[in-house]
Amino acid sequence: MTALVEQLKGGLDAPICLTWELTYACNLECVHCLSSSGRRDPRELTTDEAKAVLDELHAIQVFYINIGGGEPMIRRDFFELVDYAIGRGIGVKFSTNGAFIDAEKAARLTAMDYLDIQISLDGTDATTNDAVRGAGSYDTARRAMDHLAAAGFVERNGPFKISVVVTRHNVDQLDEFKALADSYGAQLRVTRLRPSGRGADTWHDLHPTNDQQRQIYRWLLAHGEQVLTGDSFFHLNALGEPLPGLNLCGAGRVVCLIDPIGDVYACPFVIHDQFKAGSVRDHGGFTKVWRESTLFRELREPQSAGACASCGSYDACQGGCMAAKFFTGLPLDGPDPECVGGDGELALAGVTAGSAPRPSLDHSKPPRPAPVHFIRK
Amino acid sequence: MTAVDVPAPTPVGARALELHPQVALRPEPFGALAYHYGTRRLVFLKHLDVVRVVRSLGDHPTLTAALDAAGIAADRHPAFERAIASLIESEMLRDRTR
Repeated sequence: MTALVEQLKGGLDAPICLTWELTYACNLECVHCLSSSGRRDPRELTTDEAKAVLDELHAIQVFYINIGGGEPMIRRDFFELVDYAIGRGIGVKFSTNGAFIDAEKAARLTAMDYLDIQISLDGTDATTNDAVRGAGSYDTARRAMDHLAAAGFVERNGPFKISVVVTRHNVDQLDEFKALADSYGAQLRVTRLRPSGRGADTWHDLHPTNDQQRQIYRWLLAHGEQVLTGDSFFHLNALGEPLPGLNLCGAGRVVCLIDPIGDVYACPFVIHDQFKAGSVRDHGGFTKVWRESTLFRELREPQSAGACASCGSYDACQGGCMAAKFFTGLPLDGPDPECVGGDGELALAGVTAGSAPRPSLDHSKPPRPAPVHFIRK
Repeated sequence: MTAVDVPAPTPVGARALELHPQVALRPEPFGALAYHYGTRRLVFLKHLDVVRVVRSLGDHPTLTAALDAAGIAADRHPAFERAIASLIESEMLRDRTR
């Protein structure tokens, strides 16, 4: 453990990287959506409130933010807020499914400085992708990439990102994803599937098997320097040589999440009351939540290794991901459900069905009513 | 082909340096975070003395002069020169042209 990692675990005066979900509204309903998005929340931050948060992030020198949702481009003030952030010296990277990137928007995005775009894609063919992200979403994402390419985004701003959540069904496509990104001059980003949001219901069927975990590890060792991971696979470090990255859980220490209604959570994967530190609407705003909330102060204390204390790999994997444990019903001071030593599988077997905590918010669209048939008698 | 005389590179200690104008420094308990808005790279400056020197580079004719002014003992100069060279490499620092 380096002195720097120790310092980072103790927390920083401001986050290095902050995720801001701008809206719970979304045109898609991905089965693994971390924020259970679909419908807009009527309590959503107003344009003025959002700008006040950006003023604050500027004051505490947050260098860049990751904007997501929901689909952030659904917000009518999307461009206004992005312009405002960049004008305040805050770089923006935003995640989108691409549905609203037509030729005109692609040109507009290309003209902005310090803007980076991440397009979500979970399969290199429509069948694999659409099974997770919904019918038509593969073509939508590819069309957006084509528009960005035609607008010269890569030449002016550098590579946009293609962002993949690795599942049991697309893990064999990693080489193809890389080739697709290369064909656009884009950069591949692969992240770990979490049992968060609607993912709580689909994780058991989608998450990579133990053999596939090893496959991901080997692939990342071979390609890790060219591929972004958001540091999300550090649980695999128990397999040997560490993957590139800081390899620590940054929740509440170097990262956090602001949700669409201004609530501040420890990370984007734990939208649950237990991990809510406060709200940007509270007196003292975001800065006070970041620096003084009880939750964040606790997360910055040394954490107990618990059941993992006697395992020789704990220094390498740090016990894995807090969110993955929490939403699968495992204790936070024990193995990750995808522990490569197999301890997670054993622990999961002991979790009573239905006992895992449920995500606190659900903005999924209501199920469509069954079509009504008028039958003439 | 004509032979071209490549001038020997100026030793880093003798160079006039400055923070790249697209770089922001944020103070932290361990030193500082440096972020380059152009390359989007984030670098940790892991020592408060390095941060002090980096901030003062623009006020001195050479790196060595900046190290002396910051009270860095001569036996520590090589370590600082290596740190500064890696910051030039990552474009956080650059040669001053004026």
